[in-house]
Amino acid sequence: MHVVYPAVVAALLFSIGVYGVLARRNTILVLMSVELMLNAVNLNLVTFDVWLRDQLHGGQVLTLFVIVIAAAEVGIGLAIVLAVFRNRQSIDLDRLRDLFEPPNSSDPDGSQPAATKVTTGVGPE
Amino acid sequence: MNTITAPAIEYLQLAPLLIVFGAGILGVLVEAFAPRYLRRAMHIPLTLLSLAGAFALVIVQTIKGVPTKPSAMGAVAVDGPTLFIWGTILVLAFISLLLLNDEDHFVPAASAVPGSAEEERALIEGNVHTEVYPLALFAIGGMLLFPASNDLLIMFVALEVMSLPLYLLCGLARRRRLLSQESAMKYFLLGAFSSAFFLYGTALLYGYAGSVDLAKISTALSANVGQDALLFTGAALLGVGLLFKIGAAPFQAWKPDVYQGAPTPVTALMASGTLVAAFGALLRVFWVAIGELDWDWSPIMWGVAILTMVVGAILAITQTDIKRMLAYSSIAHAGFLLVGVVAIGDAKQNATALAAILFYLAVYGIASIGAFAIVTMVRDAGGEAWHLSRWAGLGKRSPKLAGLFAFFLLAFAGIPLTSGFFGKYAVFQAAVAGGAVQLVVVGVVASAVAAFFYVRVIVLMFFNDPAPDGPTVVLPSWGTASVVGFAALATVVLGVFPQPVLDLAQSAAGSLFVR
Repeated sequence: MHVVYPAVVAALLFSIGVYGVLARRNTILVLMSVELMLNAVNLNLVTFDVWLRDQLHGGQVLTLFVIVIAAAEVGIGLAIVLAVFRNRQSIDLDRLRDLFEPPNSSDPDGSQPAATKVTTGVGPE
Repeated sequence: MNTITAPAIEYLQLAPLLIVFGAGILGVLVEAFAPRYLRRAMHIPLTLLSLAGAFALVIVQTIKGVPTKPSAMGAVAVDGPTLFIWGTILVLAFISLLLLNDEDHFVPAASAVPGSAEEERALIEGNVHTEVYPLALFAIGGMLLFPASNDLLIMFVALEVMSLPLYLLCGLARRRRLLSQESAMKYFLLGAFSSAFFLYGTALLYGYAGSVDLAKISTALSANVGQDALLFTGAALLGVGLLFKIGAAPFQAWKPDVYQGAPTPVTALMASGTLVAAFGALLRVFWVAIGELDWDWSPIMWGVAILTMVVGAILAITQTDIKRMLAYSSIAHAGFLLVGVVAIGDAKQNATALAAILFYLAVYGIASIGAFAIVTMVRDAGGEAWHLSRWAGLGKRSPKLAGLFAFFLLAFAGIPLTSGFFGKYAVFQAAVAGGAVQLVVVGVVASAVAAFFYVRVIVLMFFNDPAPDGPTVVLPSWGTASVVGFAALATVVLGVFPQPVLDLAQSAAGSLFVR
């Protein structure tokens, strides 16, 4: 099989992943799209490994590393998603808008926007 | 059937890395087996001693002589620049850990909803997440490995080892919890997105060169003619991943959000350590692996440097949040550093530019930790006084603190007699020698714009009347006080008498990166 076919499939998968990250608003789906991008990379690495007849199988070794690290990444990502969901009952990315550029901020003496809304943390004051 | 020969590992050269990672693993064991009341008391000496020990080993290594070829079968390059960067990162990590060490930056129970019964219980029992110490150690270990990695596989592993703990640390702020978790989420999603780009670039370069070794990629440049599509796409995607980590302009969006939301000690660690590590890795990829291609990448880097400086300096003016403003200032500084990256030429020119970048990284890292340390000390009822208007008149209430903060801001602006001046001067001088005069002109204009908003904060602190219900300045713990003291002292000494460190940077850079 010519090397172009798997390389093109990998490029398409990667593009689908990029589209998913940019277009999806659900955090879990964005996470899945990132995984899709990583799997496209894996496909690419294995393809090149076979194509180059790499004696040391650098591509396959790198693929194993990518799989392990992707798993670790999903673990941490889901933990963060869970913490956000517990506090907000929503994992919609469009509603994560507390960190934003101030709308009208040329005067530093202006009012404090949303100061009361965001001080939900606890602690002895 | 071939016999397998064991790889030769130079353990002494890698000892700083091994100590930091080993202490991280010990920290995990402490978490698992030590009783809760003992954990903090065990973590603090373990963490600080391992960092100090690693720093001592770096010095031993420097005195013994810099290795001339990569260690661990060519996977990790412990050369002059790496040793300088290691020393810098270890100092920065040590002082940001003193800051992190303070009692009340982190949440008592990260999984509990604010205001819930679980949270109350955790507060009453006085729980703390002592996991932050091993997490920070793993992040620091990743920071050490990232600029030292001599092949793209190690570089990717180091990138993730550095980033994954930082994602978690960002979400653990005690106050303004929603912001903190939101910043962790944004950092995580964008970081994972960018590391996917980094990996795709790695895969394409592997297809081009048949190896992920930086030196082999460099030799393949002259051998494999006619596969330019793979090479250019791969190098561009790799560059996207690296530029994201330093927060250069089209990829800077995460920086203000994350710096604002993360607990301030973690922000200090990111603003200094991550920037230093990522610049080391960026330099290694662009100068070693695709250094021969500088005619192709330097126009793009010019554009990125200009955009970064302009975006950082101009958007900082409109900020009202103190940490957000410092984040934009960090973006502008990344732009100034990129001016040095572009100044590539013959070996002597490269050494000058590299020395300038190393010096700049060291002084900027120290000053930014000092500034963030002061941010932790100015408190409102709801935590840190983040809004700039709350800082009005601080100079009249606590002149010492405001004076120190003003001093750090002047160092960022690059006023003479502060270390920032010599950093900027060295980088711009190297860039002029490298023929990037127009870039330096843009850089100087951008620093003038940046100086405007630094001075605006100083004016706000010293010439405005304090609000009647203004923020209080907490009495700093010994850790915070020593961080501020050290950072201020280093900024003054390096501003008046920079020669020893400049010489050190020059001798570190003289040998350039090994291949």
